[in-house]
Amino acid sequence: MAANPMSQFDVYRIGPEIKVGAFDISFTNASLFMIISTVSILLIFNLGSKKNSILPNKIQLLAELSYTFVSKMISDTAGSKAKPYFAFIFSLFMFVLFCNMFGMIPYTFTVTSHIIVTFVLAAFIFIGVTVIGFIKHGFGYLKLFVPSGVPAVLLPLIVVIEIISYLSRPISLSVRLFANMMAGHTMMKVFGGFVISLGIVGGWLPLSFSVALTGLEILVAFLQAYVFAILTCIYLNDALNLHH
Amino acid sequence: MVKKIYLHLIFLSFFLIKEAFAAESGGMPQLNPEFWVSQIFWLVLTFGIMYLVLSKLILPKISNNLESRKSQILENIEAAEKQREDSETKLKEYDQIILKSKTEANSMFNQAREKAIKDINAKRDVLDKQIDEEISKAEEEIQALRNNAPDKINKIAIDTSSELLQKLIGAEVNNSSISAIVDDLSRRNGDKYYGN
Repeated sequence: MAANPMSQFDVYRIGPEIKVGAFDISFTNASLFMIISTVSILLIFNLGSKKNSILPNKIQLLAELSYTFVSKMISDTAGSKAKPYFAFIFSLFMFVLFCNMFGMIPYTFTVTSHIIVTFVLAAFIFIGVTVIGFIKHGFGYLKLFVPSGVPAVLLPLIVVIEIISYLSRPISLSVRLFANMMAGHTMMKVFGGFVISLGIVGGWLPLSFSVALTGLEILVAFLQAYVFAILTCIYLNDALNLHH
Repeated sequence: MVKKIYLHLIFLSFFLIKEAFAAESGGMPQLNPEFWVSQIFWLVLTFGIMYLVLSKLILPKISNNLESRKSQILENIEAAEKQREDSETKLKEYDQIILKSKTEANSMFNQAREKAIKDINAKRDVLDKQIDEEISKAEEEIQALRNNAPDKINKIAIDTSSELLQKLIGAEVNNSSISAIVDDLSRRNGDKYYGN
């Protein structure tokens, strides 16, 4: 198991096989870590919002700082119109962040290192943003694909490029997070494998790399959650405030 | 029909991907569709529940907490501002009271001084008058004395001369002739004796 750096991404059943019709919805290690992440988010934010003291304690401060951080991020990128979607973006950011961070603990499973999870999130965002755009602007939302100030000759080409870039949003969004998580964890596993294979004599160098990589990966875990949330805000901004 | 073909193609491609990666010592477990449905199901379930709890229960509370803290801080700042203004007005009042009492004290002092000066002046006037009166009286007396002095002296001189002559000669001398001589002498030497 330790020899293969990809085996950390294995999904395996915990408990019995559960089938609904043709679909297998068994409880797996991925489900376990989704539940751990969501429960810890709910626990922390519940504790952080329970008491309302003028001088907040540590957990209240944490909850309120996260709240203002996400709130500021949304208002900076998508303006005040995006306020109804605050709860969703907050949940998204926290979910991705906690899944990433739990993945940093040894022997855990990283939920966001699976393309299907990130793709479902990204597809939901893509569809939701598109629906919001059409509800807000009707067919005027299609003007998104026609940038202003482009010469008429180039227009067909630009429109095609814009449509392709719009349609590739869910793919780029999901692959960015998934690939970052997978690459980081694989690299850490590879360096960890070097520590074992080089032994007590030569293992120190990959060990120090591993330590540095852990720091880097924690940064990446935060950064990717931030990027995921802020790109969602930018897409939302396109749908809410049609700038073209 | 077309849909069915599409589905077949998708499943085939999944199968191919799986086979391709399975050949390379396990490959990427991410591309193994065995648990995709399970992952989607659990993702939707956990994320949905988390979203609902956060949006309905927790986030409004945090927002409420932040708002109430903000408003309380604003209230406190306002109260502090009000108290500061109060203290400023009180300070002004205090300053005015001090100024008023100062001017009062000044005026009282001035009044007292004027009164004292007046009293002194009045007393001095009275004293001056008394002194003047006494001086004029004394001067009158002196004048009177001075006016009377030559006559008296003349008389004394005449009497003494007549007595002297009587004792020397033993005969009564005519007073009128003596007085004529004394008058004459005193007129001649009067300046020497009185300094007139």
